[in-house]
Amino acid sequence: MNILYDERVDGALHSVDRAEFLHTLQSRLPDLDILHAAEDLKPYECDGLSAYRTTPMLVVLPRHLEEVQSVLRLCHERKVPVVARGAGTGLSGGALPLEKGVLLVMARFNKILEIDPAGRFARVQPGVRNLAISQAAAPHGLYYAPDPSSQIACSIGGNVAENAGGVHCLKYGLTVHNVLKVEMLSVEGERMTLGSDALDAPGFDLLALFTGSEGMLGIITEVTVKLLPKPQVAKVLLAAFDSVEKAGRAVGDIIAAGIIPGGLEMMDNLAIRAAEDFIHAGYPVEAEAILLCELDGVEADVHDDCERVRVLLEQAGATEVRLARDEAERVRFWAGRKNAFPAVGRLSPDYYCMDGTIPRRELPHVLGAIADLSAEYNLRVANVFHAGDGNMHPLILFDANTPGELERAEAFGGKILELCVKVGGSITGEHGVGREKINQMCAQFNSDELSLFHAVKAAFDPLGLLNPGKNIPTLHRCAEFGAMHVHHGQLPFPDLERF
Amino acid sequence: MSTVLFDPAHGSDRSADLLARVQQAIAERTPLFIRGGASKTFYGRPVDAQPLDLAGHTGIVSYDPTELVITARAGTPLRELQAALERGGQMLACEVPCFGDNATVGGMLAAGLSGPRRPWAGSVRDFVLGTRMISGLGTHLRFGGEVMKNVAGYDLSRLLAGSLGCLGVITEASFKVLPKYRCRVSLRQAMPLQMALDKLGEWGQQPIPLTAASHDGSTLYLRLEGNEGSVRAAAERLGGDALDDSYWDDLREQRLAFFDDPRPLWRLSVPALTAPLAIEGEQLIDWGGAQRWLKSSADADSIRQLAAAANGHATCFTPGVVDSPFQPLAAPILRFHQTLKRNLDPQGIFNPGRQYADV
Repeated sequence: MNILYDERVDGALHSVDRAEFLHTLQSRLPDLDILHAAEDLKPYECDGLSAYRTTPMLVVLPRHLEEVQSVLRLCHERKVPVVARGAGTGLSGGALPLEKGVLLVMARFNKILEIDPAGRFARVQPGVRNLAISQAAAPHGLYYAPDPSSQIACSIGGNVAENAGGVHCLKYGLTVHNVLKVEMLSVEGERMTLGSDALDAPGFDLLALFTGSEGMLGIITEVTVKLLPKPQVAKVLLAAFDSVEKAGRAVGDIIAAGIIPGGLEMMDNLAIRAAEDFIHAGYPVEAEAILLCELDGVEADVHDDCERVRVLLEQAGATEVRLARDEAERVRFWAGRKNAFPAVGRLSPDYYCMDGTIPRRELPHVLGAIADLSAEYNLRVANVFHAGDGNMHPLILFDANTPGELERAEAFGGKILELCVKVGGSITGEHGVGREKINQMCAQFNSDELSLFHAVKAAFDPLGLLNPGKNIPTLHRCAEFGAMHVHHGQLPFPDLERF
Repeated sequence: MSTVLFDPAHGSDRSADLLARVQQAIAERTPLFIRGGASKTFYGRPVDAQPLDLAGHTGIVSYDPTELVITARAGTPLRELQAALERGGQMLACEVPCFGDNATVGGMLAAGLSGPRRPWAGSVRDFVLGTRMISGLGTHLRFGGEVMKNVAGYDLSRLLAGSLGCLGVITEASFKVLPKYRCRVSLRQAMPLQMALDKLGEWGQQPIPLTAASHDGSTLYLRLEGNEGSVRAAAERLGGDALDDSYWDDLREQRLAFFDDPRPLWRLSVPALTAPLAIEGEQLIDWGGAQRWLKSSADADSIRQLAAAANGHATCFTPGVVDSPFQPLAAPILRFHQTLKRNLDPQGIFNPGRQYADV
């Protein structure tokens, strides 16, 4: 089932006269940058999930809070949907525009407002890039911990909207664990503060609810993040295994020994070979799996833990264990992993990156099942895995120019996500649902659960104007999607009428 | 692992009964007072309603130390959960207060209170991974799960943390757990408060394994936790006299002499480095300055204004002193609390008024 907005199952959107709406916007906000010519709208057709494109009705690029408020008020008055966008690096189509909607680009809010080294926080505008915060904090020996692989480009507003992760989540948490306060605007343009300058705020934890809400509940206008002291040292061990199972067991052994690595990554043979060809990181290309284990902290602790981990890896059957001799080698070991996606991209004209999470113990089973699906769909798959926190990124290789391959890749990906749900995991660990996984949400949640999500949404945006069609599917979509996936002869959502 | 961590047969699943009770209450519009071990009834406003007891809905559902996750039914005694974690060499890093032997897992999540390690390790809401809840629509639902990273749908589990049962009945919860530290040292140093806050500001920018910092007006109390090497080195560097680790348990459970003062107890949550707050009464600082306990007979408005002026908020922990123990909410935030409550609990049956009179 197509993931582009489909009014038949996703809900009817209000239509306005585009020319008249543009004219009103221009006359109310003469200084606002508005894009409306076809060639200007083109770059905004998609976010990081470029397989899916929609031309927005209009793109607005405000510079001032008051402009954002006015845009929201006018859109609310005219019932025009609003899709917020930061840097547009999201991988789930969360910022995919709507033909009948305004794309609200927050990228020009790009100022770092305050760095407080003693208070260990940074107050920034939503368009500030993730890495820029750490760079600004670096002179004080501090950094912002969540580091999604797009961190050079992605903006903090988007990070909050998606609850972005990265390779250090097991130890340092997700965005939700590292944000103290968010200033936002309601769908009607009203200003609100979520969280506080203290460690908590009175009432319900709306900051937690908004983090990861994918632009469905409000527009983020300012973010205060927690800064951490940079670890004194970081060391990386690389271990090779002749089976994925042994590597998986080694991960459990490290954690059972009471060690929480800063990063713990696994790659399978295809990913290893691709990364090695591309980066020459010195990976053992014959290995069925490698583990990269980074230990960071105070020198004495890291030294002890390195020794403990080395012994555990050897006991778990590693064919080789290497400690990066110096910083240059450490960076090289990581470069292979961090460039795994583009490296795999060199093997194939296109690839489709999945983002499921599973309980770690299910890894051998799930990788086995993925291999079976790979044969069934006749598409290769490389596996890159945040092993510490159970977040897998299978990369499905395909060629969009071969008729039917994109559809096959999508179907294959959908099966992987359903498998994640079946073993007690989730369809998305850090990329978000967006538009991409809207159908798989029907496998993750039943109609009662989805109804409660809709009740939450309606509390903040009763008209459904903020990012409609993302994150939470309608029950009608699920009924239709479910009809294609009949389990044990029983339709999910039997109480709904079919279209 | 050969050690038996918990007995999966121990406990009892009463969720069907609970669901039926809630459905009946919805049908009859009868408000419910959701109760676990009744260890924290003092917290929040009194609720005049039929009790819905969770204490019989017990049992650890799963615990695998290598997954760093434990799942338990809401009525499971907290001490049972903690004993299982202890056997697995792990802990709930948010170091929750129990206030007695009866505290339950569901109560811990609904109250959302955290102990001295909170600024460094995180709060209850930071560790909750998933919940099962009975909604105000009469449905038994599951949100989140047993995985560390999960961004599918809205994060209802974290929203329930600290919601005092006003949004639904928590029936089960999964938490991320962490290995216990290998080494711990507690220290005390005589030092005035302002100097202590300055020091904490400075140390916070350095990789020092601090996991608790408290001040009682004349003495700074510190705790270091980590591996042997870092803890010993930091202890030597920071200096001070040895302190019994039980200080932190007594602080967390409000058993220190400070809490015997007959005046009302207030909790002021403020930015950690806020200068000493001038107000009538005695203060005890926790969370490295971010949580300030106040024993004072000053009027509620002055205390709230003081907290608000410092960009924080104040909560009255002594029941019966003020009608609204929690800091009033800004107008738009209050409105969204009300619409959220109305949408999730349309008949208004869950702990009505426990948090705010009109929510």
